[in-house]
Amino acid sequence: MADPSTVMEGLATAGLGTEPAVPLPNTDAARSRLRWNVPLVVGLAIVILSTFLAFAAPWLSAHDPLEIADASLSAPSSLYLLGTDQLGRDVLARILYATRTSLSVACLSAALAFVSGTLIGLVAGYASGLVDAFMMRLLDILQAFPALLLAIALVAALGPNLPNLVLTMGVLFTPRFARVARASTLSVRERDYVVAAIGLGVSPIRIMFRHVLPNIAAPLIIEASLTATLAILTEASLSFLGLGVQPPEPTWGGMIAQSTAVMSIAPWLAISPGLAVVFVVVGFNLVGDGLRDAMDPRS
Amino acid sequence: MSLLRVENLRTYFDTRAGVMKAVDGVDLEVREGRTLGIVGESGSGKSVTALSIMRLIEKPGRILPDSHIFFEGNDLAAIPERELESLRGNRISMVFQEPMTSLNPVYTVGDQIIEAIRLHRRVSVQQARDRAVELLRLVGIPSPERRVDAFPHQMSGGMRQRVMIAMALACEPKLLIADEPTTALDVTIQAQILELLRQLRDELSMAVVLITHDLGVVAEMCDDVAVMYAGQVVERGPVESIFSDPQHPYTEALLRSIPLLGMTKAEPLTVIPGMVPSALHWPTGCRFVARCKNALDRCHREPPPLARSGSGYAACWLRESIPEGSQHGAAHR
Amino acid sequence: MNEPLLRARDVRKYFPVRSGFLQRTVAHARAVDGIDLDIRPGETLGLVGESGSGKSTLGRILVGLMTPSAGELSFEGREIAGLGGSDLRRSRRQLQFIFQDPNGSLDPRMRVGEIIGEGLHAQGAERDVRNKLVNEMLDKVGLRREAAQRYPHELSGGQRQRIGIARALVLQPKLVVADEPVSALDVSIQSQVLNLLVELKRELNLTYVFVSHNLAAVNYVSDRIAVMYLGKFVELASTEQLRRAPLHPYTRALFSAVPEPIPGRRRQSVVLKGEPPNPIDPPSGCRFRTRCPLARDVCAEREPGLTPRPGDANDHLVACHFA
Repeated sequence: MADPSTVMEGLATAGLGTEPAVPLPNTDAARSRLRWNVPLVVGLAIVILSTFLAFAAPWLSAHDPLEIADASLSAPSSLYLLGTDQLGRDVLARILYATRTSLSVACLSAALAFVSGTLIGLVAGYASGLVDAFMMRLLDILQAFPALLLAIALVAALGPNLPNLVLTMGVLFTPRFARVARASTLSVRERDYVVAAIGLGVSPIRIMFRHVLPNIAAPLIIEASLTATLAILTEASLSFLGLGVQPPEPTWGGMIAQSTAVMSIAPWLAISPGLAVVFVVVGFNLVGDGLRDAMDPRS
Repeated sequence: MSLLRVENLRTYFDTRAGVMKAVDGVDLEVREGRTLGIVGESGSGKSVTALSIMRLIEKPGRILPDSHIFFEGNDLAAIPERELESLRGNRISMVFQEPMTSLNPVYTVGDQIIEAIRLHRRVSVQQARDRAVELLRLVGIPSPERRVDAFPHQMSGGMRQRVMIAMALACEPKLLIADEPTTALDVTIQAQILELLRQLRDELSMAVVLITHDLGVVAEMCDDVAVMYAGQVVERGPVESIFSDPQHPYTEALLRSIPLLGMTKAEPLTVIPGMVPSALHWPTGCRFVARCKNALDRCHREPPPLARSGSGYAACWLRESIPEGSQHGAAHR
Repeated sequence: MNEPLLRARDVRKYFPVRSGFLQRTVAHARAVDGIDLDIRPGETLGLVGESGSGKSTLGRILVGLMTPSAGELSFEGREIAGLGGSDLRRSRRQLQFIFQDPNGSLDPRMRVGEIIGEGLHAQGAERDVRNKLVNEMLDKVGLRREAAQRYPHELSGGQRQRIGIARALVLQPKLVVADEPVSALDVSIQSQVLNLLVELKRELNLTYVFVSHNLAAVNYVSDRIAVMYLGKFVELASTEQLRRAPLHPYTRALFSAVPEPIPGRRRQSVVLKGEPPNPIDPPSGCRFRTRCPLARDVCAEREPGLTPRPGDANDHLVACHFA
């Protein structure tokens, strides 16, 4: 059976005006594609909301996250919306402040991995041959270790603080971007427009950045939002294990770890930071899925 | 007697950008045992016409209610899907352009032909298999007893197209619709496939609708021709008169724009300026008006009907305005 | 006779065929297998053949988009096959290529003006010189100057092919190889582009190599035609000679296979049996013998050379024992 979409594609390109007149661009289709992309809209809303909450934490929370109240382990009430922890600190304030740590670690480490991974993948894919084999084997070795174990080892060795967390996770996630960039580069480099640029005498560096990079950007951006979710989960895991940003700074993982001892009498201590993790992770995931749909030219 | 008669066929696609009127009022007729060529460029609606006849139009496409496709006394545009299924692959078959994607790569070609046979005929697997071998022999595949167990990827493009034809012929259809059957093939292989189609058509006395953009293929294969432009038939008639005395300016320009073997660059090719209008916004009058060098005022305002002209039909006001038997009398023999 | 613009001697291109776990090279596909060719200044040379004949590979080798596995290639007397790096990039200006697929050969993320001007940029032209030349080129290929600000997907197939032509010609090359330049276009657009190519050649004093499977189109534009089969030339002659008296049985079959838009003229078609053999393992002797109606024992034993037909003018070359 013939695919109706190819039939329609033929029809769509058939008439765009008269020659040699150049017709006006038609961006309506692209815009409506974004408009109706429900996952993307919901995901972006969640991400923007979380970012806002993180920035506005000092103004939104009634209490200081480090302030110790009289009542420890008090249940949610009008005074402490999500209750207090063992030391009598406001859980809501701690969750809001922890969002800052979580999002900054996630975004910075994803950005670091994006830049380094893309460069490695681009060079490896474009140069091919020995350079490619060497770089890719190096990444294989990196990926051969269980991710969390490697993160624990690195953070433990470097010392648990925010810059080291970003660095560690940046290194950890580099292979993901490198693989995506390399695979896309390999296919783009065979395209006629790259061959054409070579034929015009354009230098390899310019071809990589002018022709290849813009054309492999879409899958990398999708990868970035999916990596951000992974980064949030990794950060939560590390702080659960005590290797995240150190107390008394609040982190979601740290809060859950603390709550385990008193889980049976104060379940809200575990539930609320857990929900915060889920909320942000779902947000970034939806953005990733939405972008995938929006950037697929066939949709 | 006419085997297939298409009347006022309209197939529209609902897109976000608007309604794409891919086929917009097409009339066609195929007589028993004859070959009708449908020529047109991409976007002319020729492929959508073929798919509409088989009713293989999927959402967001739709065939409009007042369209009629009469075939052996049934209106294919109106009968229920179940009845249509018993006709498809049985009384009417279709061959597509791309022989690689039309065959399922995980089954042998034999399995696929056997399935096609057993869909419509109550025969045993062994009988169907014997028939499959016979069909493969019929379409000129060497050592068919062995090839029946081959997978599609083990065959060349030409061989796969032969398999597709064998499948289409499995139930000896009365009508074969071939959509650009040789476009993906090399010229020497194209010559083989065309020869085969011609032979089979005569042997099985079936009618053929051949969809193509290649005027050479039309001249060689067809009895009648319908020229499509912008979702409509602009000219229709016997093949000789279409080529020797085209009635529509589009047909005429198209014929003059292709280089013939033996032409040199000393004689420039006729150029049809501009390009096909968009299926989202067809012009109000004649759809060829922007590219026609003799367009009248009327051509911009009113769409011309497909009316008798020469030995066939043409949709052109320039022809309408010429009274019967005047300076173009030669065309009215 | 004039000094040839481009001279190829025994040019070969073998592609490795890899197989197995270690991706060892197990064989070679001989895409181009020993081509001698002199391209004369100012001529249009047609290169015809079916898919797998090696015509596109040869076209790419001629302009340096691919390096030959063996053989010599010289442009205006200078060897170019071994050039690399910036020398190679500089020589690009003289040798340009027009691609078949106007969709795939234009970077979708670049504006038309940048696409056409990129070669000038690479050759070191300043911005205002670039803009001026790009505008002139847009005029020449029949596009409005506003097109420079557009992206390729906003244009039609025919317009995109004009951009591909403009990109190649803006560098004022001497030799242009056009690989199936109209095959991807609609029938009514093909003549626009063919006419444009012919006009521009005259205007800019170009030399063309026109690669195509469309015999009628090749015939129309070419002064001489080379017919390729499985990586070799089987016949090379002027268009006139080839049309009036094709000598090689393959050439004859190829010409007779073209359906002509003249109804009722049932061609005496030489319908070839079978399909081209695999270029990994070509037949011994003459490569066409497995499909040839004239084949005899000698064809399997000895490979016919591409030689002038005895008694004829020197410029009708054919590779057949019986022609």
